[in-house]
Amino acid sequence: MAIKNVSAVPKAGRASFWIRSRDTRTAYMYILPAVVVMAVITLFPLGFQVYMSFTDYGLKNLKYDAPAANWVGLDNYLHILNGDTIKNVIPSFDFVGTLTFNLWWALSNVVFHVVLGVLIAVLLNVEGLWFKRLYRAIYILPVVIPAIIIATVWKKIFDTDTGVFNILLGFLLGPLGLATNVNGVSIIKIPWLENSQGDFMFLPIAYYALLFTNIWLGWPLNSVVATGALQSIPKDLYEAATVDGASGSQQFFNITVPMLRVAMIPFAVFGFITTFNLFHLSYFMSEGRPFGRTELLVTQAFKLVNTNQLYGIGAAFAIYMFFILLTISLITTRITKATASVD
Amino acid sequence: MTVEATAVQAKAVAGAEAKMKGAIGRPLKWYKQLLYQVLCLFVAFTVLFPIAWVVSQSISTSKRITGFLPEGAITFEAYQKVLDKPTTNPVSFLDLTFNSFKLAAGASFASVLLGVSAAYAFSRFKFPGRGFVFLAILAVLMLPSVATIAPLFAFMNRIQVGEFNLRNSLWGVGLAITSGLLPFATWNLKGFLDTIPKDLEEAGMIDGANRNQIFFQIILPLSTPALAVTALFGFIGGWTEFYFSWQFLTNPKDFTLAMALSQMSGQYARSTPWDQFCAFALLVALPVSVVYLALQRYIVSGLTAGGVKG
Repeated sequence: MAIKNVSAVPKAGRASFWIRSRDTRTAYMYILPAVVVMAVITLFPLGFQVYMSFTDYGLKNLKYDAPAANWVGLDNYLHILNGDTIKNVIPSFDFVGTLTFNLWWALSNVVFHVVLGVLIAVLLNVEGLWFKRLYRAIYILPVVIPAIIIATVWKKIFDTDTGVFNILLGFLLGPLGLATNVNGVSIIKIPWLENSQGDFMFLPIAYYALLFTNIWLGWPLNSVVATGALQSIPKDLYEAATVDGASGSQQFFNITVPMLRVAMIPFAVFGFITTFNLFHLSYFMSEGRPFGRTELLVTQAFKLVNTNQLYGIGAAFAIYMFFILLTISLITTRITKATASVD
Repeated sequence: MTVEATAVQAKAVAGAEAKMKGAIGRPLKWYKQLLYQVLCLFVAFTVLFPIAWVVSQSISTSKRITGFLPEGAITFEAYQKVLDKPTTNPVSFLDLTFNSFKLAAGASFASVLLGVSAAYAFSRFKFPGRGFVFLAILAVLMLPSVATIAPLFAFMNRIQVGEFNLRNSLWGVGLAITSGLLPFATWNLKGFLDTIPKDLEEAGMIDGANRNQIFFQIILPLSTPALAVTALFGFIGGWTEFYFSWQFLTNPKDFTLAMALSQMSGQYARSTPWDQFCAFALLVALPVSVVYLALQRYIVSGLTAGGVKG
């Protein structure tokens, strides 16, 4: 709000500013380098992607002197939907299944991130709490570690035979007689990330391993944003509420929650899209197991090209992704706009 | 909407900072203090546990996993081994680091340099094609960069000069990374430049400064924080970039840290001892984590501002 007021120049001043700046040549000079580079390395490849998606582009067309790929029309798009020919290479390929899982994956993660983030921010915001700064310093750690490290390390943590997660379960549940004893260490060998795993509540347990990891990774940043929003709530609101005799929980639900909503919803939307496209956990931890059921659109797109070298189909897959993400963005923009004000 | 939201965020973050340094406030009742401390310690434990475990494994003498704590005497053998030769490829840790650094620094520098000039034009000029080009940038931003891998690979693979193949080189990977970073940098910096009051430039113009002088002497110095944050995002992205390098590069001397990490963790990596994997993971994470931690304040506000606009 504050910044907007500062930049609100009087009308006349602004008009003359634009007139003077209608020096298009200068504008083009500034924009030219970026646009040329972007045209060559971003926009041209995207156009090429559209072309590729209508062809059978493959290994045979890769070399610089190779013949052009054959035009196949909408075949790639249809095959992605019905699985024809792709299933010969990737038996578990299931576009609609992957999309559904991907949507649920993003939604379920964000709910945990936001709820935990807000609760922990509220906890740390309690007046008179000791060691606040120390806790804040510790809690930020998952944010600063590169995603690829987190994914590869947590893969080890969920290892069936030697992972510390199963050892921890053995330690906690060992007294109940559920654990096996290996070299004097009690462990419950749950194959979290293997093909041999089972389901729990309609979803493979690998989903829960990924979810657990992503909660660990995701709540701290939400907590930082929530802390910021909490600090910006005027103290008078609470004082007035106290004077009016509102209880602690009444204050939380009638002042804190609505005030936090303004900051948290846009961030939750951001989190949804980030999580929707989260490559590393699915790719490195579960590697799509069991049988491709924890595959996301991004990892599937990569594997179509990297593992299976189906360039044409990979390109069509990316075009689908573009329209899916466009739809999500349009919907989330609406949600953000509709909830932008406090009342 | 964007401007207000950014301002709310900025204010919120500033508020948090002020609060952290602020007074202790009225004391809590002892049982509440106790309860909250237990909760906070539990959260701290969940955050620290995996990190502590990795550290503990990396300095363990034992080659098998036996429990929570390192077995036997503490040793830095694993670190020595991964620094010398992390994977079966004939490359040292330093080679990998240097390659990752080249990608990260190059892509980050190029995207910020080009991005800020374009952002300035979008923010301050009206010119034919402005709306269209900006819309194209937004559309590109929608697609995660991994989804552009097929055309980039096919396109760069066709650029062959003698022995040199653009695709199979760090240049190609760097361009691919820049291709994803540049639209983000342009859009992110435009968002920041929009918040710089135009009065400053008008004052400059009245004093007879031309457009270039205004850009270099007013706009650039004012946007240093945004430039630094955008560059750092780019750097961190490039430092651990995986899919382009993995898809493009075949020559071990071009390999990067992220590729080595993947080789040590993938399904054929059972042979990699855990202590070495853990040591390697810590070595890769350490530099960026330290920088991130040091600049955390700025990054978080940069991130949230970006998030709001996304």
